Order: sequence, then C-alpha cells, then structure tokens
Amino acid sequence: MAETTNGTNGHSYVGTRTIRPDGVDKVTGRARFGADYNLAGQLIGRVLRSPHPHAKIVSIDTSKAEALPGVKAVITRDDFADMPSEFIPAGEMMMNYKDVTRNVMAREKALYEGHAVAAVAATSAVIAKKALKLIDVKYEVLPHVIDVVEAMQPGAPILHDDLFTVGVEPKPDKPSNVAKRVEIAQGDIEAGFKQADVIVEREFKTAPVHQGYIEPHAVLATISEDGSAEVWVSTQGHYIVRAHCARLLGLDIGRIRVNAAEIGGGFGGKTVVYLEPLALALSRKAKRPVKMVMSREEVFKASGPTSGAVIKVKMGATKDGKFVAGWAELKYQAGAFQGSPVQPGVMCAYAPYEIEHVKVVGYDVVSNRPKVAAYRAPGAPISEYAVESVVDEIAKKLGIDPIQLRMMNAAHEGTKAAYGPKFGPLGLEETLNSIKKTEHWNTPLRKWQGRGVASGFWFNIGGETCASLTVNEDGTVSLMAGTPDIGGLRASLAAVAADELGVPYDKVRPIIGDTGSLGFNFLTGGSRSAFSGSMAIVEAAKQIKTELCNRAAKLWDLRADQVEFSGGHVRALGAAAEKCAPMSLADFAKVAGKTGGPIGGVGRINAQGAGPSLGTHLVDLEVDPETGRVTILRYTVAQDAGKALHPAYVEGQFQGGAVQGIGWALNEEYIYGADGKLQNAGFLDYRMPVASDVPKIDAIVVEVANPKHPYGVRGVGETPIVPPLGAIANAMENATGIRFTELPMSPPRVLKALKEKGLNKKD
Amino acid sequence: MARVVLVGNLAQVTGGVAEFTLSVTSVRHLFRQLSDLHPEIAPHLEEGVAVAIDGQIYQDAMFQEIGPNSEVFLLPQIAGG
Repeated sequence: MAETTNGTNGHSYVGTRTIRPDGVDKVTGRARFGADYNLAGQLIGRVLRSPHPHAKIVSIDTSKAEALPGVKAVITRDDFADMPSEFIPAGEMMMNYKDVTRNVMAREKALYEGHAVAAVAATSAVIAKKALKLIDVKYEVLPHVIDVVEAMQPGAPILHDDLFTVGVEPKPDKPSNVAKRVEIAQGDIEAGFKQADVIVEREFKTAPVHQGYIEPHAVLATISEDGSAEVWVSTQGHYIVRAHCARLLGLDIGRIRVNAAEIGGGFGGKTVVYLEPLALALSRKAKRPVKMVMSREEVFKASGPTSGAVIKVKMGATKDGKFVAGWAELKYQAGAFQGSPVQPGVMCAYAPYEIEHVKVVGYDVVSNRPKVAAYRAPGAPISEYAVESVVDEIAKKLGIDPIQLRMMNAAHEGTKAAYGPKFGPLGLEETLNSIKKTEHWNTPLRKWQGRGVASGFWFNIGGETCASLTVNEDGTVSLMAGTPDIGGLRASLAAVAADELGVPYDKVRPIIGDTGSLGFNFLTGGSRSAFSGSMAIVEAAKQIKTELCNRAAKLWDLRADQVEFSGGHVRALGAAAEKCAPMSLADFAKVAGKTGGPIGGVGRINAQGAGPSLGTHLVDLEVDPETGRVTILRYTVAQDAGKALHPAYVEGQFQGGAVQGIGWALNEEYIYGADGKLQNAGFLDYRMPVASDVPKIDAIVVEVANPKHPYGVRGVGETPIVPPLGAIANAMENATGIRFTELPMSPPRVLKALKEKGLNKKD
Repeated sequence: MARVVLVGNLAQVTGGVAEFTLSVTSVRHLFRQLSDLHPEIAPHLEEGVAVAIDGQIYQDAMFQEIGPNSEVFLLPQIAGG
C-alpha cells in the first residue's frame, strides 16, 4: 500500500486561512464558556478568603453559616486530606501536593491576602455571601514580606518552616524563603570577560503581571451518590483538572469526567486548579451540583500571576561585535509556594545567541503573594528583557546597528545552546532579515519618538496527545481532540485531517472531547497543542488509510500492495486500475458495515521533536514629555512558525503576544500597600492594553521547517510575548536617551525619569 | 560511547561530576547506569528530566535510542504556559 497526503485533487488546506469551525458560535453568542453551564438543582459556591497576607489560622467555626437556611454545605481545610511533601505523579505531571492542597484551601496558615480559607454552597449567591460573613475565623496575624529581595534577607518573615534552600552547599540547617538555587554554566565566564573590549552591567526589575484572561475561572461540578463525578470547566487542560481533583479528593481518576468549556483565554494561568476541587468537595457534601465563578477581584488576588523579578546582567563583547561572555543573576518571586519559572528563565536568558562563556544563576523565592502560575513562555520574557536591553547598549557602545549585532551573534543550526545541547535548524537569522527589510525599519522618526528591536526564544514542547478521526455514514469526518482549543486548534487539525484523508475541509467537524472520550492528553500549553495534535491526526489518518486499502484489496481481490491511497481515493495499481473504480471515503462509508464495520483511527502519541521558535520584534513609540505617557505607534513581529497550519491563527498568536508584552512593559503591575494587601485588583486600576492602545500589528510568518514534524510545524504561542519588553525598553532609550531598567515604564515612572534629566518639556 | 552531560543542579547529587562517558543504548539504559553509579540521582531522574540526544530534546521517552557516539544532555524538564 502506498499513500500520499495531497488533499482533495491536490488541493491543500494546510497553510490556508480556512473558516474557523468555532467562529459562528462565538460571534453569535452560542458558544458556551465555563460560566454558561448550568444543571437543574445547582447550588452557588462562594469562597471565604483571608484578609491577611500572613496569618496563623487558629480556628474556624462554621456552625452559624451551616445553620443559615439555604446553606447546603460548608467546607474548610478539614475537608481535604493532608498530603506529604513529595513530588508525585498526577496526570503525567510531577506535583508537590503538600503545596497544592494548601493553595486551594489554607491549612495551618493563610499565606497571602485572598488565600481560600473556607467555601460555602447555597441555594443562591445572596445566601452564600451571607453565609461567608457568618464563618468565624480566628487569625494570629504574622509579619509578612512581599518584595523578593526583602524575602531573601536574613530575618525576613519565614513562610514555611520546612523550606530549606535546595541547590546550595553546604545544605542549610535553617529554613529560608529561598526555595531553590539553580545554575547553568558553560565555558569559563571569567576568561570570557577577559576577552571582552566592552562590558555592560545592569540591574533590572520587573513587576508581577497577571495573565489577564477575559473569562474568570469558572466551574460546574457534580458528584452522584455512587461517587461518579462530572465537571464543566474553563481550563487549558481538563485531564490535568481530573488528575488534580482525583488526588485532592481521594477519587479514582476514572470516576471523574471533565469537560473543557470554550475558554476565554488562559495564557498559562488555567493550567492549575483553584475552584474545581472546592466545587467537587461542596457537591459531595451537599449532594447537589455546585457552580462557582470567580470575581475579577478574586482572579487578581488568588490566581496567577507570573513572577516579578530582580535581574542582574553582565555581558562582554569584542570591539568587532562578538559576544564573548554572558552572566546573569535572576531572583524570581514564586508567590506563597515554591515553583517560580526561574529555571526556564535561566535557560532562556542567552538562548538566542552563540556565546562561548555563559553563567546564569537563579533563585526561586517565596513571599506573601498568590502562588505564581505559568504565563506564556514562563520566565523567559523577564530574563530575555534584561539581556536584550544590554545587547542594545552594547550595540550603541560599539556603534553597530542593533539588528546587525544580533545577526552577528545569532544562534543557528549547530550552535551550542547556553543550556547545553546543539540546536537543530533555527529561524532567528531569518526573522532579523525579515525585520531589516521592512518599510517599518527604514521609516524616519521625529523627536520624542523611538524605535526598538529585540529578539526572543522559547523551547516548545510536545507530550502526550490523543486525537481521533471517525468516518461517518455519509463520508464526513468527525475529529476529536483532547486539548482545549485556545488559539485555533480545531481549524488547524481539521485542515490536516482534510489533507490527509483527501476530503473537503468543511466535511471535517472538529470537537474537543471530554476526559472519557480519549486517552490522556497533556494540557494546552508550551506551544504544543497544534504541534502534537497534528502529529496525532496524521497517525489517526494513517490508520484509516491502511484500513481502507486493506478493505479495497479484499473487495477487488487484489493484494494490499496492489492498491494505494492518493488524492482522497483508494486506487488499484497497474492493470487492475482499469477494472476497479477508485473509491472515496464516502464510497467506503456506504459499505462500511459490510466490509468490517465503522472506520476510524486514533492517534495516541507522546510527541517528541518540538523545535524552538525564535522571533524578532520591532516597535516605534512616542513619549509625551509632559505626562510620561507612551504611545505605541507601530509594531512588527517576525517569528519562525516552521510551517503555519493556519496563518491567520499564527498571526493572531504573534499579535496577542505582542499586545500582552506591551502591557507588561508599559503599565501592568501588582501594587501592594505596606499592609501587604493588593491595591489594584481590578481592570480599572490594573491597566491592561485595550484595542485603542495599540496600532495594527504587522505579522511576518517566517517558515524554517522543523524536520521532526510531518508538516514542519513549530509551536508559536509562547515566543511572541518574549521580545516586546526589551524592544519597548530599547525604543524608550532611543526616544528619551534614558535606559529604563524597571518595568512597567508607566507614566509616573517615565515622568520622574524625565524630570530627573530636565527633559519633561516639549520643545 | 556516548558523552553524557548533566546540566544545572543535577551534578550536585553526583559529587560535582557533570560529565560521563557511557555505553548506553536508550534513555532507560542511561538512567539505570547513572543510578547505579550515583544512587542519589535516581529520584531526580524519576521526578523527570529532559534528555537532549544529539541536539533533540526528549521528555518522558524511556525507550528513545541513544547512539554509540551520541552527545546527551540531561536538562530540567520544560513545560510552558
């Protein structure tokens, strides 16, 4: 049997801007997001949260709340089993459930303002809210620490008595807020700096920022009397939700069925559980379905964000522009529990460049803030912002064009990455070339305007993935994927399936299956779902084509090697071709029952071979010297997609990452008072970019094929948020002559810097 | 013989030894040999590491082949957002 993958009559849907399968439902309001699900008899769940950033929980008395008419269940720490401090598998992830169980419901201590302390399920939201006020929690308030550097100091309030710094010798005998020290090194960093003609050393600071998904966390959960549970949830990984809930509630994984709702953004922040185990625990107690939806204030205070950080960078280059040494020290906030993204921050810091001598040290530091969650390319935007700022300064010192300097040092195929292995094919040089050729790069600017460029790297991953294809009775195809569709998965996979099976794109209907429909799927994250999902679809289609060829051979009394699948048909080869009319998928569907039963295939893979994606961003901005306000005038993204399965969605990923990066660079920050309480837990005070804040963002899709993927695909979702911070900081320096080393570059901070230089007047 | 390099903190559990020359044919085989040489590394390998073989990163791929002259790096596992 032979097969080709040309699609119908040689037409390929891959690489075209096919209609989005979920588009109509989304623009007409039919699409059901997490909070759109309801069940008869459902209760409304609400969470009581700690008003203190750090306090011992002396006692919790729920008796008055339980006595309130309409209250059907109240849960506290006593409703969750304690877990040992050890990393154990859950849905193919290693998690320390001692921390997970304490984050979803505080036990000995409340560790941040907003930490869940109790939850109520009642017949109405009003009653639930009243019940929360009747829960009597006695706290012993403890000193708190918010700032990452202060948290590292001797004498800082200690969050966890059993947290001893890992990665240092000798092993400490006292607990600390520094959970871990990590390091990568290659070459001889001191020798590297000795070769340098120019050295730039700077300290940077970034603020924690929230993923800012429009849709708050939402869940509907029910457990029946026989212990079977069903959950509808806004998540990036419903199999992960299932695994966490099973562990936290002591249920068998197979007893829980989780449905992924349409999702109004995740960006990494919906890869963990908050409300889900609470809703299930309440439902188990009340014996009724329980619906829980976070308010925006709760989203800010109790979910996400990503780390704020303090970063020191020192880079050395020769006078002809060769980078010879790169050193950095990263201190990342983890929030109340260990697990900041400092490790990937360390590994990514110098990844875009070929440098012989590198040393990067990182610290994972707990403080009285909400536990950080992943946010696009976790850890990388922070460290690469600092490095890209210094790269620009080196370019200025050497009088070399910043794109040229990056080009001279760009990582390429065969470059030994700063974190060890050699790279395969990479597209950084192509993105730099693409940017340099743009009309944007060559357009003059006026006074108070600045242009900046920066590059960025992210690894990308594969992982466990299942997807199925079923041929229906009329020859149409049902496609089921097991990872939530956040950025165009259904359209991308449908195009691959249509090409593989040679059927029209609109004859493939893609859906996201629940956890009972397919084998385990890792979550949508790490830029993996289209990469891995398309590999699983290719495998599923291969099974179908093999089956069709076998059946055709029997129908035509031929051997299997005398038939082939091509152009959407099974065809007889050689002399038999004249006697045997080619059979399409629809032809086989008509005789499926008579020839062996329903036709379908399931790809079950652990996808390997993810190729890194690199990008370069170019931004023009204008600074108002009288107010410090920064306006983004123009923005261009060039990024390597390997192969864009659906270019419009790929461009959307580029544009979305750029916009989030603009917010991170210019306005977004968590503001805490001296009392350790968050002061801007809402979109009015936490300033994210809106449509009127950003220009149209031009997207250049570079395609340097990933040789490990059947279509050459690289993940694209993470990388676009990496370069904006550095690009904007570099543009600010070009606009004002001031190197801003602290994010966000918000109007007050910019104005203060301009005033210090006497530049705060238009002329 | 494959050249095996431990990246990051892993070398702390091997007494500072970060580089090995080993005759191994698969990731599973590699993990066994490393665990035999340095039992303290076993739980770390169990918790999950990424393995770069000749430049290609693999995660949770016990049966992935390692060539006789392969260059292998053991890295922290990579996830994403």
